[in-house]
Amino acid sequence: MSYHSDPYDPKQVAYLSPESLAEAVDAARKAFAAAPDLDALNQIKHQHLGDKAPVSLARREIGALPPAAKSDAGKRVNAARQEVSAEYEARAEVLAAEAAQRVLREETVDVTLPVVRRRRGARHPINLMTDRIADLFVGMGYQVGEGPEVEPEWFNFDALNIAPDHPARTMMDTFYLAAAGRSDSGLVLRTHTSSVQIHTMLTQEPPIYAVSPGRVYRTDEVDATHSPVFHQTEGLVVDRGITMAHLKGTLEHFARTMFGPEVRIRLRPSYFPFTEPSAELDVWFAAHKDGPRWIEWGGCGMVNPRVLTACGIDPHVYSGFAFGMGVDRAVMLRHGVTDMRDMFDGDVRFPLALGTEE
Amino acid sequence: MRVSLSWLRDYAALPADIDVATLDAAFVSSGLEVEEVHDLRDNVSGPLLIGRVVEIEELTGFKKPIRFCRVDVGESEPRGIVCGARNFVEGDLVVVSLPGAVLPGGFAISARKTYGRVSDGMIASSRELGAGDDHDGIIVLPEGAGHEPGTDARGAVGLDDVIFELAVTPDMSHCFSMRGVAREVAHRLDVEFTDPALATLEPTATEESPYPLSVEDTEGCDRFALRAVTGIDPTAPSPQWLRRRLSHAGMRSIGLAVDVTNYLMLELGQPLHAFDLATLKGGLVVRRARAGERLTTLDDVERRLDPQDMVICDDTGVISLAGVMGGQTSEVAPSTVDVLFEAAHWDMRSIAATARRHRLASEAAKRFERGSDPALCAVAVQRAVELLVEYGGGVADARVADVDHRVAREPIYLDPQLPGRIVGVPYTDTEVIARLTAAGCVVQAGGEVLEVVPPSWRPDVTDRADLVEEVVRLDGYDKVPVAMPTAPPGSGLTARQRRRRQIGRVLAEAGYVEALNYPFLDTAVLDRFGLPDDDPRRDVLRLANPLVESESALRTTLLPGLLRALKTNVDRGIRDVGLFELGVVFHPRPDWERVEPPRLPVHRRPTDEELEAAGRLRPDQPQHLAVAITGDAEPGGWWGAPRPADWTDAVAAARTVAEAAGVEVTVEAARYAPWHPGRCAALRVGDEVIGHAGELHPAVCDALEIPRRVAAMELDLSRLPTAEVTPAPRMSHYPVALIDVAVVVDDEVPAARVAEALGDGAGELLEGIRLFDVYRDERVGAGRKSLAYKLTFRAPDRTLTAEEAVAARDRAVAVASERFGAELRGV
Repeated sequence: MSYHSDPYDPKQVAYLSPESLAEAVDAARKAFAAAPDLDALNQIKHQHLGDKAPVSLARREIGALPPAAKSDAGKRVNAARQEVSAEYEARAEVLAAEAAQRVLREETVDVTLPVVRRRRGARHPINLMTDRIADLFVGMGYQVGEGPEVEPEWFNFDALNIAPDHPARTMMDTFYLAAAGRSDSGLVLRTHTSSVQIHTMLTQEPPIYAVSPGRVYRTDEVDATHSPVFHQTEGLVVDRGITMAHLKGTLEHFARTMFGPEVRIRLRPSYFPFTEPSAELDVWFAAHKDGPRWIEWGGCGMVNPRVLTACGIDPHVYSGFAFGMGVDRAVMLRHGVTDMRDMFDGDVRFPLALGTEE
Repeated sequence: MRVSLSWLRDYAALPADIDVATLDAAFVSSGLEVEEVHDLRDNVSGPLLIGRVVEIEELTGFKKPIRFCRVDVGESEPRGIVCGARNFVEGDLVVVSLPGAVLPGGFAISARKTYGRVSDGMIASSRELGAGDDHDGIIVLPEGAGHEPGTDARGAVGLDDVIFELAVTPDMSHCFSMRGVAREVAHRLDVEFTDPALATLEPTATEESPYPLSVEDTEGCDRFALRAVTGIDPTAPSPQWLRRRLSHAGMRSIGLAVDVTNYLMLELGQPLHAFDLATLKGGLVVRRARAGERLTTLDDVERRLDPQDMVICDDTGVISLAGVMGGQTSEVAPSTVDVLFEAAHWDMRSIAATARRHRLASEAAKRFERGSDPALCAVAVQRAVELLVEYGGGVADARVADVDHRVAREPIYLDPQLPGRIVGVPYTDTEVIARLTAAGCVVQAGGEVLEVVPPSWRPDVTDRADLVEEVVRLDGYDKVPVAMPTAPPGSGLTARQRRRRQIGRVLAEAGYVEALNYPFLDTAVLDRFGLPDDDPRRDVLRLANPLVESESALRTTLLPGLLRALKTNVDRGIRDVGLFELGVVFHPRPDWERVEPPRLPVHRRPTDEELEAAGRLRPDQPQHLAVAITGDAEPGGWWGAPRPADWTDAVAAARTVAEAAGVEVTVEAARYAPWHPGRCAALRVGDEVIGHAGELHPAVCDALEIPRRVAAMELDLSRLPTAEVTPAPRMSHYPVALIDVAVVVDDEVPAARVAEALGDGAGELLEGIRLFDVYRDERVGAGRKSLAYKLTFRAPDRTLTAEEAVAARDRAVAVASERFGAELRGV
C-alpha cells in the first residue's frame, strides 16, 4: 500500500494524461460490451472501476501535481470515472433485461395442456329456472310461498271449488295415499301448486302477492313429454280492484322475461274450477323448430269467489288472479329439450350442460 | 269431439269459402281447443274420379279370385283395372284413382302389370282413401245422387271435408254436440245459427205410455221420455250420409237403430238408448239400485251395483246402468224389429259418481256427468222415431211418455258493473245484457241488478262469476287490455329460501351435480340398506294407485333415489360422479290412520280447530339434503395422480353445507345403516344428530350394484337452525405465536375430542388449532397413535411472550392428558 500512497512517485503520473484516461474509458466500454452476461460483467467490473483500475490510479496521481493543475486534473479524472461507471450501468441494465427474458423464455409452458383440477358441479336447470322466476316476482314485490306435497284432499280439491264428484278430480289423475283400515285416506300428492294458494290465503290478509314454485304429481306414465312428477310455479294476487287486465299484464311481463322481449301472449278461454273467468296462456314462438306457433304454457284466471270464501276472504271487497305455469316446460322451450326423461334420471351431463345462469 | 265442417254448415251459415285458419281461430277464441285438424282434401292428390263398371272378367288360376274390370271414367274408352274386391256388379258406380294419384301413406298409383293384365288405375275402398273404416270391399256409390262417371269423386266420398278435433272443457258440456259447437262458432263469426233442436216439434206426452213406466227417483232423473217404433226392417242399412257423419266423428256404424241414437247424441248432445221391445218384461222402473243387485253391461263386465247408482229395471231386474251403459239383455240386436227409444236427463253428480265407481267412461256418461240439456229429451226421441221410420220402415207408435219433474232454474242477480270491475273493460249495461243474451240467457233488466236465467244447455253457469266469464268470453279475451298491478313493497326471500340457494351453490362449487329424483320408493331397497326392523325410515306412506306396483312407497330418505341416479351414471360410463339432492321426505304422523279425515266446509273459512284436525292427517315433510360420490374426487392427469373419493368427502360436504348455513356441525363416530360401521360419522348440531356421513357399507354397495367405497351424506335440513346475525370479528394486529405439539393417545380416542381438549385447555389466547399429522410406529407403541397439531396463539392487546405461549400450550396438553391420558412428545 505504501507504494500506492506515495504521492510523489513521478512514474505514476502517466495515468493522468488525457490520452491515458480516454484509453481507459474506451477499454472499459469494450470490455463491458464483450461481457456476455451479468456474471461475466461483474467479474471484470473491478478491472475498470476497482482500486487498481486506471481511473482509480489516476485519481491518486493528482496529489503529485502542482496545485494549479490539481483542479483541472480532478475534473478530468472524475469525468472519466463517471463515464466508465455509466458504461457499466448501461451494460448491466441490458444484461439484466436479457437475463429476465431468458428466464421467462425458459419457463414457458404449453398452456393448451388439459387442466381439469376439480370435478365440475352444477345446480339443476329446473331449480335455476325456479330461482329465476322467483327473482323476477320478488323484484315486483311478491313473496315466495311454499306448501306441503302431501295434502289433505280439502287443500288440493274442495277449497279450490273441486267438489268430491267433480269430473275435475278424475281429470287431474291424482295419486291417492293408502290408509290401512279405510278405503279413503283423505290424503293426496298435490296435483298442482294451487294448493299453496289456500295455505297463503288461510294465513294472510290481503293484499297478497305471492308466487309458489314447487313439485306436483299426476299419474302420467313416463315418456318423452310426460312425467308423473313435474314442476309448476303458482302465482296469486288478491287485492282490491284486481282485474283480468292485471293478469294479462303480469303474464305478458313474465313471458317476455322468460322467453325474450319479442314474444307475444294470448289468453284463450278455458276452464279451471278455481278460477272464473279462466284461461290458458299461449306464448307465440316465432322461431320454434317446427315453425312459428302458439305453445301452451299454463293456466290462469280470476280467483273464483268460492275459493276466496272458503279461505275467509270477502269476495265483495277483494278480487284476485292466479296462474300456474310449467317450469319444466319453460326449461324445455328455452333450451330445446326434447325428452323429459333427460331431466329426471340423474344423468350428470344434463345439469352440467345447462346448469349455468345466463 | 270431432267436428266436420260439412255438418257444421248445417247449423251455422258459414261462408262457402271459409278457410281452416278462420275456423281454428273461432274455435279457440270460443274456448274450444283445437287439438288436430284433418283436412280430408289433402288425403288424395291427383285424379280421383267416379267410374262406372262396364264389364267384369273373372280371372282364374290365382290364389284368390281376381277381377279384371273395364271402367268408364268419362274417357273415349273404358280403362282396364284389376280389382280383388267382389262386392260390386257390372253397372255399379265406383271410385277410381288414376295413374298420377297419390293415396294416404304416399301410395302412388301408376299403370302396372299384375295378374297378367295391365291395371290402369285402382278401384278404391274407403279405408284406402282415408275416408272411413269401412273395409267390406270397394266403395259402391248409390244411383240417382247425380254421380257422373268422369267427375271428381271427392265430394261423393266425403273427402271434401275438414275434421276438427276439439278438446271440450267440463264447463262447455253443450259443445259435446254439433248443436253447441255450431252455436259458439256462429256467434264468434257473426253468422246465422239454426238450432237443430227446433227442426222437430216437441211431442206432447200422451195419456198412455208406449211402454209401462214408473220413475221412482225424480231427483236422480227429472225427465224421462219414451217413444217406440214397431215392425222395422232389421236389415235396413244406415244411409251413407249418416254412416259418414258417424265415421267422421270417430264412431263405428253398428246398425240403424243404434246409429240413429249415436247420430242424435252427436247432433243434440242428448244421449239416447234403444231397447229391443221384445226383450223387455213387464214395465220400466227408474230408481236407485239396491244392495246386491248386479248387471252385466254391454262391455261384458258383470258389475256389482251401488245403492247410489241410478238404474232402469224391468220385471227381470236391472237392465241398464242409467246414463252410463246399457245391459246386454235388452240391447237392440240385428234381429230387432220393435224399438223403444229412451232419452232422459240424469243428475250430473249421480252419473259422475257412478262412472267413477265403475271406472266406466262412456260417451253417454261423459255428457251426462258434465250436464246435458234437459229440454231435449222429448225432442230427441221424436227425432229418433222419425229417422228410424224414414230409413228402417216400421210404424211409429203414437204414444209418447214424458215424465217431467224439472224445476225452473233460479235466476242469478248480477250487478251489471261487476263484469267490468273483474275484467278491467268498462262494459256498458247494454253490452253486458247483449253478451248474456247471446249466451242464451234470459235477462230481465230494470232494477239495480239484472235478473239472469241461464240457458238450459249451460248447467255450469250458476254463479255471478260464471256470467262474468260469459261476458268476457263472448266479447273476446283478446279485447282485455294489459295493465300491471302494484304490489306493496316486498321483503324478498326468506332466510331459509336464501340458505337453500346458498347450499345448492356451494355444493355445485364443490363439484356436486344436482339431481331431481322421483320420491317413489321400492321398500326392498331398505332391506338392501340393512336397516333394522324398527328403523323409522321403514315407516313409510304408501300410494293407493302407484304407477309401478313395486314403487308404491314415498321416500323417507333421499339416498335410494340418489344412489340409483349414481348407478345410472356409472352404468353409462361416467365413473367419477358426485351428486346432491335437496328434497322433501315423508314421515307419517303417529296414528294418522286412525284419524277420520275431517270434512271441512267450503262455504266459509274452516275454523282453526278444523284446520288443525286436518293437519293431523298430513305427514311430516322435512326438507333433506344428501350427497353421494364415487370415482375420483380430484381428477388425475399429467400433473399427478387422482385422489379417489372416500369418506372424507362426505364429511367435508357436510362441513361445506354447515359453513354455508353459518352453523357449527360436530362429528362423532356412529354406526348407522347403510354406512360402513367403522366409517360413519354422526353430524351433530348442539345436542341433536341431524344426519350422517361416511362410506357406505360394502355389502350395501354390492346389493345396489354400485362401486365399493361410495361415500354419502344425508342430513335433515329442516333441523339445521338458521344462522343468527354474526357479530363482526375483532381482529388483533399483534404478532402470532405458533407452537406445534404432538400428543400420543390410544387408537380409539377420536382426534376431534383431543382437539377439543387441547382447545379447552389452551384458553382464550388460542386462535386456531389444526391437526397436521397422524402416525403410528413402534416408538409410539402398539395400539397408540401420535397426533400432531399446530396451535396458533395471539392476544388481542399485546405481543405474547414465548413464556406465555408455552404456558398456554402446557395447559392445553394438561387437559388432553387428563381426559385421554395424552402424552406430550417432542416434535
